[in-house]
Amino acid sequence: MAKGMREIKRSIRSKQSTKQITKAMEMVAASKLRRAQEAAVAARPYTDKLKEVVSSIASSAGSSKHPMLLTRPIKRTAYLVITSDRGLAGGYNANILRKVLLTIKENHQSPDEYAVFVIGRKGRDFFSRRDIPLAGEVTGLSDSPKFSDIKEIAAQAVQGFEAGKYDELYLAYNKFHNAISQEPTLKRILPLGEMQAGSDKADYEYEPSAEEVLNVLLPKYAETLVFSALLEGKASEFGARMTAMGNATKNATKMIADLTLTYNRARQAAITQEIAEIVGGANAQQ
Amino acid sequence: MSTLRLEIVTPERKVYEKDVNMVVVKGVGGELGILPHHIPLVTPLKVAPVKAKIGNSNEFIAVHGGFMEVRKDKVVILAEAAELGEDIDVSRARLAKERAERRLAQKQADISAQRAEMALQRAISRLETAGEK
Repeated sequence: MAKGMREIKRSIRSKQSTKQITKAMEMVAASKLRRAQEAAVAARPYTDKLKEVVSSIASSAGSSKHPMLLTRPIKRTAYLVITSDRGLAGGYNANILRKVLLTIKENHQSPDEYAVFVIGRKGRDFFSRRDIPLAGEVTGLSDSPKFSDIKEIAAQAVQGFEAGKYDELYLAYNKFHNAISQEPTLKRILPLGEMQAGSDKADYEYEPSAEEVLNVLLPKYAETLVFSALLEGKASEFGARMTAMGNATKNATKMIADLTLTYNRARQAAITQEIAEIVGGANAQQ
Repeated sequence: MSTLRLEIVTPERKVYEKDVNMVVVKGVGGELGILPHHIPLVTPLKVAPVKAKIGNSNEFIAVHGGFMEVRKDKVVILAEAAELGEDIDVSRARLAKERAERRLAQKQADISAQRAEMALQRAISRLETAGEK
């Protein structure tokens, strides 16, 4: 019996150290989540303003013929997938990657019909394991990414659309609902389609001309959409990690309780047996 | 003296928000001075310092590209990056300027020459903003 007890003891100790780690990771994720949410909120004025101006120009007569607004026959689709660099975040990466892979398999027969841009090591490894060529990748982003970190890949995707290499651009990321629920989302960002004019529509003068302003603004707007999706993805990542680690901690606590019970039973059994042996020995001597 | 509100916003945060008397920017079509009650206007900007006039003093902000939206009593500048004079690392900007100039002197392929040119403009704009030419 003594050997079984030692094993139980060791197993309890190992679960305890796992619990300490998951607990720490949960708390770290919680504090990072708050920061990521703040960053997402701080980025909102920029996106909103840009959207307002773009839609007010695009909806004014004569300038809605811009190639980035028009839908054209789809020959090649680009996907920009936002994943994390590190795992241990529950279904965060698996969900979004499965969604993208299914969509690709459903809609495309040959690899010539799509291109994949990926942000995050997990996504990169996933696609390279499946021999899906990557048109561009960014890994090793910090927890509070800067616009300049993803500017290049976003610009690459948007310019590919402008140059006619791709006929539509999808953004795949985890939409952030709250700390415990994130939804894998596939969103078409290009072509932008019909823009709705804002309520307080101002009649602007454009310098040098409406078309040229639009030429500058539309790619910027598309890049900004990528950036805000990235920020939302970061918040989702920490939310997912926080929930996953919270569950892991809870499970560890439960396992430790069960094991402690088993251990105590085994200990009691050993004591009882020892007493029985002593009593038996004493009786035999009489 | 009437004022207008100047806001400078980047994707990461709001860099600047103040009531000023006049804004001077360098648009793609040339230099523009915006006073209160200007007609609504939208223009892309060049990489250059933006001058904000408050009373008798001037404040400079390095704005790297982006565009400006003018309303009756409000000017919003949206840029991918913007820095206030006091946040600028002068020695780094000077190094970047030298590096870009060296690259330009070597006359490499088109793309890197263009990038060097942009880097040079940014560095010059930073140095001007920080008040060191």
